Amino acid sequence: MSDFAANTQTQEAQFGDYVALLKPRVMSLVVFTALVGLLVAPVGVPPVVGIAAILFIALGGGASGALNMWYDADIDRVMKRTRSRPIPAGKVTPGEALSLGLWLSGFSVVMLGLAANLFAAAFLAFTIFFYVVIYTMWLKRWTPQNIVIGGAAGAFPPMIGWAVATGGVSIESILMFGLIFVWTPPHFWALALFMNSDYDKAAVPMLTVTHGRPHTRRMILVYTLALVPLALGLGLTSIGGPVYLAVSAVLNLAFLRGAWTIWKRDEDAAAADHYAVEKKVFRLSLLYLFLHFGALLAEAGLRQLNMGGW
Amino acid sequence: MPITETHEIHHRRLGRNLGVALCLAGFVGLSFFLTISKLRNGGTIEGFDYVPQPEFTVGEGTE
Repeated sequence: MSDFAANTQTQEAQFGDYVALLKPRVMSLVVFTALVGLLVAPVGVPPVVGIAAILFIALGGGASGALNMWYDADIDRVMKRTRSRPIPAGKVTPGEALSLGLWLSGFSVVMLGLAANLFAAAFLAFTIFFYVVIYTMWLKRWTPQNIVIGGAAGAFPPMIGWAVATGGVSIESILMFGLIFVWTPPHFWALALFMNSDYDKAAVPMLTVTHGRPHTRRMILVYTLALVPLALGLGLTSIGGPVYLAVSAVLNLAFLRGAWTIWKRDEDAAAADHYAVEKKVFRLSLLYLFLHFGALLAEAGLRQLNMGGW
Repeated sequence: MPITETHEIHHRRLGRNLGVALCLAGFVGLSFFLTISKLRNGGTIEGFDYVPQPEFTVGEGTE
């Protein structure tokens, strides 16, 4: 009975708090891109295997989210956006988050290996390692290029999905990686332009703070320029097609125009209209990624009907 | 010894316990259907990236 008494803390963690440790919103992006990677691959996968593989990839992503929250609890406490996360809110202890993250990492990698293949499992393990150790522990607090490096972790899921089906890597999966990888910096820096005071307080080196806002605006344009050939190039591979290329052309034009406007503006103009352009480009960037992968999926669907592709 | 006394914590933890139970049940179901699917598609649990094991194939046709 004394054990019961010791456990009566005021902040009882509910199941949802443990789910929140897995960053469900990031997970949904992982599920979507990994699913596209899996479905557009030239090799078919039995439905149950596909569902299981996506589930374990999502779980691996969730595990790295929990490990990230365990390590970053100190800065999450300082930032307004992250203050209500389970650890800073006092609902889940850091030790619990660490053990949940480690167990789920091992579990998801082993299960992906059994459900799909060893290459995909190794790839998932590498992704978790990359996000937790390379990004969270090492580079996030050290270099303003943190967003660029962190983007790589978010860009691996479609490659893992592709690896589940084919067991390897190809130009198509590398270009899908490249699309998310180069998309991430302009996406995040647009966000940072209109809400960076948080990162100041937490002493996380954001480009807007270390190199100034004009430089960030220039970098948004530079990365967007680099993104265009990757996005269009993907349309020329075996998984692309006329539909993808048409969608991509429109989206790239819109994104380029937005990046150009951001570059041309100065802080006074941005402050005057409460960062309307930056917010618009941020929303556009979300649509940009979603529609690119949606178009890849559409091409795969059309190919089933002998209509898509080249 | 059966637990005869209920405690307030049992109520508070109900959501957690149900969540864990559902996850476990889901995992059991997934493992089952994964096994069925694997057996239906070729009869081995080995992915294509595994090296074929000659001890299972030699002997065929030599008898």
